[in-house]
Amino acid sequence: MAMKLKLINALFFSLISSLSFFLGSSSVGIHDGLRITNAERRVENKGVSSMSEVILGFSPVEIDHLALLKAAVPGGTKKKITYTSLDVNPKLPDGPNGTKYFSITLLNPLKAGEAVTLEVLYILTESLEPFPSEISQSESQLVYYRDSAVILSPYHVEQQTTFIRTPSTRVESYTNVEPTNRAGLELKYGPYIDQSPHSFSPIIVHFENNNPFVVVKELVREIEISHWGSIQVKEHYMVAHAGARLKGAFSRLDYQSRPSANGVASFKQLLARLPPRVSSVYYRDEIGNISSSHLRLDFKKSELEIEPRYPLFGGWRSTFIIGYRVPLEDFLYESTDGSRRYLNFTFGCPMMETVVNKLTIKVVLPEGSKNPTVVAPLTLEQHLEIKYSYLDVIGRPVVVLTKRNVVPEHISPFEVVYDFNPAFMLAEPLILVSVFFVFFLACIAYLHGDLSIQKYKTS
Amino acid sequence: MANKVEAMAGTKPQDPKSSDPSLFDDISSFNFSLKSLKLKTKQQEFLIRVTILCLVYVLAFSTRLFSVLRYESMIHEFDPYFNYRTTLYLTEKGFYEFWNWFDSESWYPLGRIIGGTLYPGLMVTAALIYWGLRFLRFAVHIREVCVLTAPFFASNTTIVAYFFGKEVWDTGAGLVAAAFIAICPGYISRSVAGSYDNEGVAIFALLFTFYLFVKAVNTGSLSWALASAFGYFYMVSAWGGYVFIINLIPLYVLVLLVTGRYSMRLYIAYSCMYVVGMLLAMQIRFVGFQHVQSGEHMAAMGVFFLLQVFYFLNWVKHLLSGTKLFETFLRITVTSAISVGILALGVGSASGYISPWTGRFYSLLDPTYAKDHIPIIASVSEHQPTAWSSFMFDFHILLFLFPAGLYFCFKRLSDGTIFIVMYGLTSMYFAGVMVRLILVATPAVCLISAIAVSATIKNLTSLLRSKSKVHSGSVKGSTSGKASSKASVDQTLPFQRNAAIALLLGAFYLLSRYVIHCTWVTSEAYSSPSIVLAARGAHGNRIIFDDYREAYYWLRQNTPPDAKVMSWWDYGYQITAMGNRTVIVDNNTWNNTHIATVGRAMSSYEDEAYEIMQSLDVDYVLVVFGGVTGYSSDDINKFLWMVRIGGGVFPIIKEPDYLVNGEYRVDKGAAPKMLNCLMYKLCYYRFGELRTEYGKPPGYDRARGVEIGNKDVKLEYLEEAFTTSNWIVRIYKVKPPIIGGEFSNSLSFLPLD
Repeated sequence: MAMKLKLINALFFSLISSLSFFLGSSSVGIHDGLRITNAERRVENKGVSSMSEVILGFSPVEIDHLALLKAAVPGGTKKKITYTSLDVNPKLPDGPNGTKYFSITLLNPLKAGEAVTLEVLYILTESLEPFPSEISQSESQLVYYRDSAVILSPYHVEQQTTFIRTPSTRVESYTNVEPTNRAGLELKYGPYIDQSPHSFSPIIVHFENNNPFVVVKELVREIEISHWGSIQVKEHYMVAHAGARLKGAFSRLDYQSRPSANGVASFKQLLARLPPRVSSVYYRDEIGNISSSHLRLDFKKSELEIEPRYPLFGGWRSTFIIGYRVPLEDFLYESTDGSRRYLNFTFGCPMMETVVNKLTIKVVLPEGSKNPTVVAPLTLEQHLEIKYSYLDVIGRPVVVLTKRNVVPEHISPFEVVYDFNPAFMLAEPLILVSVFFVFFLACIAYLHGDLSIQKYKTS
Repeated sequence: MANKVEAMAGTKPQDPKSSDPSLFDDISSFNFSLKSLKLKTKQQEFLIRVTILCLVYVLAFSTRLFSVLRYESMIHEFDPYFNYRTTLYLTEKGFYEFWNWFDSESWYPLGRIIGGTLYPGLMVTAALIYWGLRFLRFAVHIREVCVLTAPFFASNTTIVAYFFGKEVWDTGAGLVAAAFIAICPGYISRSVAGSYDNEGVAIFALLFTFYLFVKAVNTGSLSWALASAFGYFYMVSAWGGYVFIINLIPLYVLVLLVTGRYSMRLYIAYSCMYVVGMLLAMQIRFVGFQHVQSGEHMAAMGVFFLLQVFYFLNWVKHLLSGTKLFETFLRITVTSAISVGILALGVGSASGYISPWTGRFYSLLDPTYAKDHIPIIASVSEHQPTAWSSFMFDFHILLFLFPAGLYFCFKRLSDGTIFIVMYGLTSMYFAGVMVRLILVATPAVCLISAIAVSATIKNLTSLLRSKSKVHSGSVKGSTSGKASSKASVDQTLPFQRNAAIALLLGAFYLLSRYVIHCTWVTSEAYSSPSIVLAARGAHGNRIIFDDYREAYYWLRQNTPPDAKVMSWWDYGYQITAMGNRTVIVDNNTWNNTHIATVGRAMSSYEDEAYEIMQSLDVDYVLVVFGGVTGYSSDDINKFLWMVRIGGGVFPIIKEPDYLVNGEYRVDKGAAPKMLNCLMYKLCYYRFGELRTEYGKPPGYDRARGVEIGNKDVKLEYLEEAFTTSNWIVRIYKVKPPIIGGEFSNSLSFLPLD
């Protein structure tokens, strides 16, 4: 083990010495609370040995907020660009100042003198800081964005440019690292030529962002399978407005009469995208139903538009529950021999454009199902639980999947495979039947007993 | 088995109720198996009775579900929220925690000892149902159990009503009573789904106790008396209305004594029921030693001792042969017994051992008492004297059947009917005193009316039957003597049969009107949760005002967990249950001074109110305002009582300051104190800028139909924290004091120019 580690270390150092990193452009789109970075990197192997992986570096602050990291190689013709995704894995050890490394495994080892263009997508959550941190109802929200003008990289970077796209043209201030210029929504840092490895030049951009900072602090989705024909989904949301806190009074009068000038930074509506053919949709919280919701049904999807009980201003929170039922045949498949079942469901938060700090998915399998395994494209924490529902004797196995920092890009199908014997479906009806049978038997016994007493009396 | 049935049916052809044997034979010749299914008359009757009872049981439950269908499965009104909250606590923490619960979330800073100041019967019942269902693997939520507890017990009440009717009259009256009570609006008003209140189970317990006691008196059986003692215990654990039982039963015993109906059965029933019932009742912490110490319970004890003296006298009479000697003995005993009783009562009350009657009890006996002495009781709408219309509304035809039933009862006096008559008459009186006590009168009214209906219809149908029996009897030659005597009466009254038919039709018409009325009242008047308000829009669509829950949920989510909320006491239970925040006063109203302090703060100027709020650590103030929606039971309309209750304790608040020519006004002609008091400011803050109705000036109050008098409300010590979408609930945040002195002090440093 130690031997191998050493080897990797050696390789690593040799790469640094012999490789320079050419970075075409990196653009930063700023979007409610998250920051999506699309970096296009052109890597050229200027060393002598061939190289099979490329290292990416992230500062410790970024690592804490990193929700997603993807890399792909663009290919194909100019008209139709196809992307081939690559494996990205964390790489040890850390670099100087706590820099964390990730390695991208290339499809073919890069020979000396060759170049490859990589596209890296990474999403950071909660990297916009509202400033001022408290605003009144009529003010709009300003945020700080902190980054580095040059990319943090273990390589020698030949040329690099950073574009920052702001949601509105109102930019209060920005750090100037020559050459820097601003046009419309776009702020351009660079190009910077020949940066040494691990160089860092912090920048701060202060701009207006009135997008609602919808953060789902915690989401628990409970997917309960009934082999009698439906899947019942129940989602517990804990939503907060993570933007600048509301300072002073909330005036309903201003909010109602001048909605454009008042409460621009607040939101009062959320949109959830549900599977098609949903039925029995409900929307409630701990103290009862919430009547302000609309459901639009479609062949491809269903959209549920919900309004929390009150508009959410900065720092305000709300919790609610959404529940619905979907037909079983849309999501559950049977193996050819009939013993295994495959549940195909979507991972992620159905609420559009939200960040989920902690997502828990509980798949409640029917009573009597065995050997559940999860096939998911993401790494998830998982464990098993037992839940007792109506007329359960041995309890239902529950597969619990947990993930932190979930963004809309994580929405992807996952699969739960389990063994199920259809005879278990009859257990609950049989219990009911036997209870009623015993009840009627008792009635018959009682009535007959009654009769015999009367007969004795008459005779 | 089939043969036996046939044989038995065959051996009793003389049974007038059994079916025609010739017809029976016809069927048997065609189909043997069908004959084997044929039931005996008694079995048929039993089957019909059970079917009717089952239907009534289901009906009683389902008619109370209007509110669930119209709105949702939710807890209604005010007190049920407290009950729900405590039940939740009980199911989560267990019984001992519940029993020893000191609640610091209400009555800040005093707190409230919950376990010792409530009747736990309802919560324990719901928790037991919940645990039972959970044990049977029904994954129900405790809220569903709470919502459906009242309908469930209403259904059980119908069964008790049946047995009670059967006990005092016959099975027919029992069935009619069950049907009546199942849909009687007077009872439904307090037992719809979601109305999770003590009365929901208490009426069941009340009627059950009465039934068991009457049964005990009728049989003289110790076991029934013991059962009634346990019924009484359940009632005591469930509702303060048990005082009615512990006064009615002694009164009944006394009446039986006076009318010379004393019997060993009565002695056994009452002695056992009183002693065991008392011991059991004392186990409820809220009642405790009150049961032997308070004036309300003294009548029962007095009658108990009287009964012992009576028994003793009877025993002595049995031993002594000489009448003369006995009379002397009687005189001495009675005199000494009465004097000892009066002396004990006098010494007890003088020494304070026996507490005097409470204000609530006085206000029951004297309807005008509360108005003069206890404004807090008088301020509750359900404590008002009953209007005639609400009798009609709640009883409908029962109001007319009641006297008729009394007539039948007097005609066939027995221990049972005497009880039901006394129950009916006393509870009718109390129903007249307080609106909410219509509930207590309802079972009696239903039972007595059922006797009237059952007896009348029975008479009428027997007239019809006797006539037809004359015809059939002449053919078959098996006319009974009774029928022939009826037939002879028939000849003297030629239109008797037609009249009977007409009367029967009339009775059925009335009964069907009753059913229609009850259903209408239930769906229109008694099924509103009063948390969610519904109105009809301009296009006939239903508009829902969910402002209460909006505000409570906002409090729950967006205020610090230890925030203290000041509001009028009506909303206290809801704020603690739904908002999960500490309140200053709530619906328990145990401390009049504390409520008066809040009333005083609401009716003072803002700076004076600020000092009071600071002393109570108030963080938020919640007011209910209906000026935008036209919702009339808001705080401005309740303001009269805040002033009155506040003024009752703090003479600094004077009601005339708020009145103009003896009335409360909010428009330009209002009293200056009114226009600047805290409640007015909080309700109308920035309301002057709002246009509520087309064609009316801004600041037009729709609940009172006037333009407000003070449109320029400025708040100095509070700021608007939240107002619901229809402005029904407005919440204000109390600003923290400026450090280094109060506002008034800091203002004095400002240069005056």
